[in-house]
Amino acid sequence: MTAAPPAAGAPPAAGGQAWRKHAVTLAFLGPALLLLGVWIVYPTVRTMLRSFFDRDGSAFVGIDNYEDIFTNEVIFRAIRNNALWVLVVPALVTAIGLVFAVLTERVAWRIAFRTAVFMPMAISLFAAGVIWRVMDQQDPDRGAINATIGVVKDAIDPPGSLSNAFASTPALEGDASRGLVLRRALEPGDVARLGLTGIPPGQVPGGAEQAADPGPGEGIRGVVWRDFKPGGGTPGKVEPGELGLPDVIVVLRDAAGKKVASTQTGPDGAFAFDDLEPGSYRAGIGKATFAKPFGGVSWLGPKLITPALIFAYIWVWAGFAMVVIAAGLAAIPRDVLEAARTDGASEWQTFRRVTVPLLAPVLSVVFITMLINVLKVFDIVLAVAPGSVQDDANVIALAMWRTSFGGVNDFGLGSAIAVLLFLLVLPILALNIKRFRTEAS
Amino acid sequence: MASVAARAPVVPRPAEPLSGRILRVLGKAPVHLFLAVIGLLWLIPTLGLLFTSLLSASDLGGGGWWQILSKPSVATWQNYDALLSNEQITDSLLTTLQVAIGSTVLPIFIAALAAYAFAWLEFPGRDWLFIVVIALLVVPLQMALIPIFSLYNTLGIFDTVLSLILFHTAFGLPFAIFLLRNFFIGIPKDILESARIDGASEFRIFFRLILPLGLPAIASLAIFQFLWTWNDLLVALTFGRDTKPITVAIFNQLTEFGSNIEIIAPASFISLALPIVVFFAFQRYFVQGLLAGSVK
Repeated sequence: MTAAPPAAGAPPAAGGQAWRKHAVTLAFLGPALLLLGVWIVYPTVRTMLRSFFDRDGSAFVGIDNYEDIFTNEVIFRAIRNNALWVLVVPALVTAIGLVFAVLTERVAWRIAFRTAVFMPMAISLFAAGVIWRVMDQQDPDRGAINATIGVVKDAIDPPGSLSNAFASTPALEGDASRGLVLRRALEPGDVARLGLTGIPPGQVPGGAEQAADPGPGEGIRGVVWRDFKPGGGTPGKVEPGELGLPDVIVVLRDAAGKKVASTQTGPDGAFAFDDLEPGSYRAGIGKATFAKPFGGVSWLGPKLITPALIFAYIWVWAGFAMVVIAAGLAAIPRDVLEAARTDGASEWQTFRRVTVPLLAPVLSVVFITMLINVLKVFDIVLAVAPGSVQDDANVIALAMWRTSFGGVNDFGLGSAIAVLLFLLVLPILALNIKRFRTEAS
Repeated sequence: MASVAARAPVVPRPAEPLSGRILRVLGKAPVHLFLAVIGLLWLIPTLGLLFTSLLSASDLGGGGWWQILSKPSVATWQNYDALLSNEQITDSLLTTLQVAIGSTVLPIFIAALAAYAFAWLEFPGRDWLFIVVIALLVVPLQMALIPIFSLYNTLGIFDTVLSLILFHTAFGLPFAIFLLRNFFIGIPKDILESARIDGASEFRIFFRLILPLGLPAIASLAIFQFLWTWNDLLVALTFGRDTKPITVAIFNQLTEFGSNIEIIAPASFISLALPIVVFFAFQRYFVQGLLAGSVK
């Protein structure tokens, strides 16, 4: 450490002058010491003591509050969730930052890319939380993530044309997940009436016409129709005002359950199976017709909230890791890398054996910074997690705040959680001091 | 490479044939494509909020923000108009600005004074005291919330702009002192000594020499401190429920999420637009500050 020079030109300090010197020092240092003392040092000591008292501070309770931390379901879940954050986030953010930094290093438009990825750093974690709350909405018509998943899913596994329909009478058995089958066995000459209901007017397939009861014929004839009209009508009977359901695939199976034929209904819902061998058949509509469209993943629900939060958090911090690591990368002497390449090392070997070891100090700084950040994570949880799932999304800092100020108002327990948080970052404090000591000497 | 070439006379490398150049560009195409996709993915969430804020409540009821891409004519400023005539929100923005400016100027000035003392004044226990400052760097502000809550109530300044500024100032100090002290110590000793020989007082040296020379570090610090306090939610929510900085105002709206997205989206976007402007305007200082804070 550089020693400050003595006040130049001054003779060895006499009593009065020493006082003057101290007064000057105090004028420079005083305001900072006062603020640090009153706002950080005193409260820290106070909180430690407070953690051994009950909620309003009137009775000494020993370590009861600390026992509560580990027995209170909600608070203990905060610790478990935070452990997951610690395991996942620092490593992932460092890795992503490294990949981005390395990939962009020799790309001409890296400034544009780095700006895009770094920008969320300027945004508050709270605003980022609002952004992701909009992105993560469950309804695929509103949440962009579910909309994207929905497009992919519906392309692979398209929804049925009658996803909300169900049988209008007990003549049909089964349900939407297995398909509907006419209970009664049919023989050639019979009429199969497959009445469906629960179809909103907007979901009636286009081109539907008045349903027509085909009446008996040569083979098995039938109709699939919307067995409902304003006022209700009689279930099971094709009536004027009820629409046929076109383009529904009707499947005919024989007594052994083997598929014999399938056909599509016409605009009036009518269908016919001709040229049948005599025997007993069953007619039905397959489950594909009733397949529901993608309803959206519940990102903000109790199960997925922590992964959703971690995702949003990585979106914010990856830019930080990238910029710091890119700076470290730029500081690696080119000739070291060139030498490795000249010696015949592949790009991957050069990266793995030369670049990464040389970057190790920078990587560890990013990792430790993220470790501290993740232990104190707060804003984003409060912003993204709806009130009803905050118990499931809980983290230590949030548990501390909710216990102290969020309605519970237990300052004793709140203090104990704060002390736990402090103990968790303490090793990092030791590391900081050690680093300063080695720098100073 | 250059030295090798100098020693052994090497045949000049023949110009790369066109086919080779095409192959090289094509070989890098996956990397470009990957980066383009990632870069776009990174921008989408923020754009999504912007688009959401530009849609009327009824349009939002009918579908997602991406409808604006296929039908740009549905975009409207009406949410922003409504917001800016909403006095609660404009008051909140003003409060946030006051808090952020106060919490930037005050800690930097106080930290600069202290940093000068740590760097260039001699007093007993200096190194020891500096280690204490470094130690305070990691104290989570959760440790202070409860006692300061009680203290503010006793002093009668609970839920005021001043109470927020003082809290931010104190917790901004350790990092500011650490950063500025490291910067000040790099100022050449001769400059200070000659000023002292000329009889300049320590205060004169501080204001006339140190502050101007320390400007780059102060600028980085100012940007960080400003963004940090502008973006703060935890302190504001604890000590400013009624003073209501913008984050608290949005938070209050958020607890009834769903019905009032037409307020939340534009308010959030305004609250993040200023930091983004600051970020783009002072990007260089921002990145420098980041590096000084972490790599050191």
